[in-house]
Amino acid sequence: MTTAQSLPTTTTRVPPAPKRGIRLTPAALIWPAMLYLILTTQVPFFMTVYYSFFRYNLVDPTSRPFIGLENYQNLLTDPQNLRILLNTVVLAGGTLILTLIIGGALALLLNRNFLGRALLRTLLISSFLVMPIVTAVIWKNMLLSPTSGLFAWVSQSFGQAPVDWLGQHPMLSVIMMITWEWTPFAALILLTGLQSLPDDQIEAARLDGASPWQEFQHIVLPHWMQAIQVVVLMETIALLQVYGEIYGSTSGGPGIATTNLPYFIYQKAFAEYNIGLASAAGVLTVIFTNILAVYLLRLISRTTASNRGG
Amino acid sequence: MTTVPASRTVSDRHRWRNILLTLLTYLIALAFLFPLVWMILNAFKTEAQAFATPPVFFFTPILDNFQRALPTYLPALRNSLIAALGSTLLAFILGLPAAFALAVYPTRRAQGVLTWMLSTKFMPAVGVIVPLFLLFRNLGLLDTLPGLILMYTTMNLPLVVWMMHSYMSEIPFAIYEAAKVDGASVAQEFFGIALPLSMPGIAATALLALIFAWNEVFFALNLTSADAAPLSVFIGEFKTSQGLFWAQLSAAATLTVLPVLVFGWIAQRQLVRGLSFGAVK
Repeated sequence: MTTAQSLPTTTTRVPPAPKRGIRLTPAALIWPAMLYLILTTQVPFFMTVYYSFFRYNLVDPTSRPFIGLENYQNLLTDPQNLRILLNTVVLAGGTLILTLIIGGALALLLNRNFLGRALLRTLLISSFLVMPIVTAVIWKNMLLSPTSGLFAWVSQSFGQAPVDWLGQHPMLSVIMMITWEWTPFAALILLTGLQSLPDDQIEAARLDGASPWQEFQHIVLPHWMQAIQVVVLMETIALLQVYGEIYGSTSGGPGIATTNLPYFIYQKAFAEYNIGLASAAGVLTVIFTNILAVYLLRLISRTTASNRGG
Repeated sequence: MTTVPASRTVSDRHRWRNILLTLLTYLIALAFLFPLVWMILNAFKTEAQAFATPPVFFFTPILDNFQRALPTYLPALRNSLIAALGSTLLAFILGLPAAFALAVYPTRRAQGVLTWMLSTKFMPAVGVIVPLFLLFRNLGLLDTLPGLILMYTTMNLPLVVWMMHSYMSEIPFAIYEAAKVDGASVAQEFFGIALPLSMPGIAATALLALIFAWNEVFFALNLTSADAAPLSVFIGEFKTSQGLFWAQLSAAATLTVLPVLVFGWIAQRQLVRGLSFGAVK
């Protein structure tokens, strides 16, 4: 971190006028933001790493023995925790696949000219803007409830027994809920990706007699890859951190059926006060997420760098 | 003109396919909007109507639910407003100069600094919550608005730097060069050129930051309880309502969601750019 020494590389033919009063250098403008982020993200994270090596429970704050990697060992050997890891992956993966399919279809549909297109496009983002906890409470009570929920009424109207969605298919219900939230994100990013596709490429393919499928496979899809990558990486990172939706609907249950890593850490830290174990799980989540983030950052830097060049 | 009959059948088929596809688009969009429409409808029903099976679609709208929700809604609204506005302001105070310096005085490290700032956004909150909770407890920041503002600023600062850097990079460099020739200082360049010329970008970024802070749940639930509880905590209290207060819950939820919806519809295009950190424009 030697930004402080870095000088402007821009060529100024005329030397800067003599400064009076406080002299602002570019580096002095960057440091406050850097320091703030270091203090509020890096420092607490290193403290999390530190706590993870101790047996530390707030119920008995006086004894805090160093136990090395025992917290990690406990986390990784308890079969129940493998279920939580699996839940995290199923929840993020399932939602990601559904939002890509539905969002992709919506993007293709919205990329046509029709009456009310601008309005639909604008309204479509709505479910993404809803506070996650509102989503959870509304879905849980008014849609999924087996007694008075709207879905129960629909299945009864078709002569079926009402389904206790959150009780019998908890993971599926949570995935449905979060898919509802994130599909607009996928659809709008993918739509923006589609719109930069030049019309003449498709026309040329049509003149060459390409079928719609060939057109999609050889022209649309390659052009779409960057937008798809952005959706996959942004969503994966966000979906690995899903918390409010679970807190507001299933509270991780029944049992641990919908407990993912963030909810597990919340329970360990704020219900059991097991700071050591929660910290170790936090460290693992960060490592897990960062592996993905590295790819995302590389992608974003590459595209913004190339945008500037072009 | 000999191909007219053939092209007419093709265009007829095209037209029908187009109509069907448009209908399908409307149907999917309606399905996505329906839960929200249902929530808003329930906000205007009596409790009995909101809970009734079969569901009530036609009713005389009433405003009682809003009236009953208000006494508990207003303090939470106040907290949400202060936390969202305060953190957005702080993020801009810290982030605008940094974005300016990185855009106008790009060193070899600029891209690295930008990427590093963005990377802090991908730090899962659960990776920092435990020490933050203990620190906040020791510093008396638990359940206070300054505490919440501190964390929301952390969340929004990388976004502000990244977005504003992207907008400020679009200002033609010749304008800065001309100012330098006239002997403008760094501060004059910042306040005289960069800020006024990136006002639309500032507005769009501020809107995004406000929405993110308004909708935040994790820090709100774990760092506040009563005094500083924002709207997310207030709505969370309805999670076990079991059909008792559905109409009132709907009214509270509608009041909570509506401002964000309206702002989001207005800024929809900028939203897409911001959500992908400028990777998709």
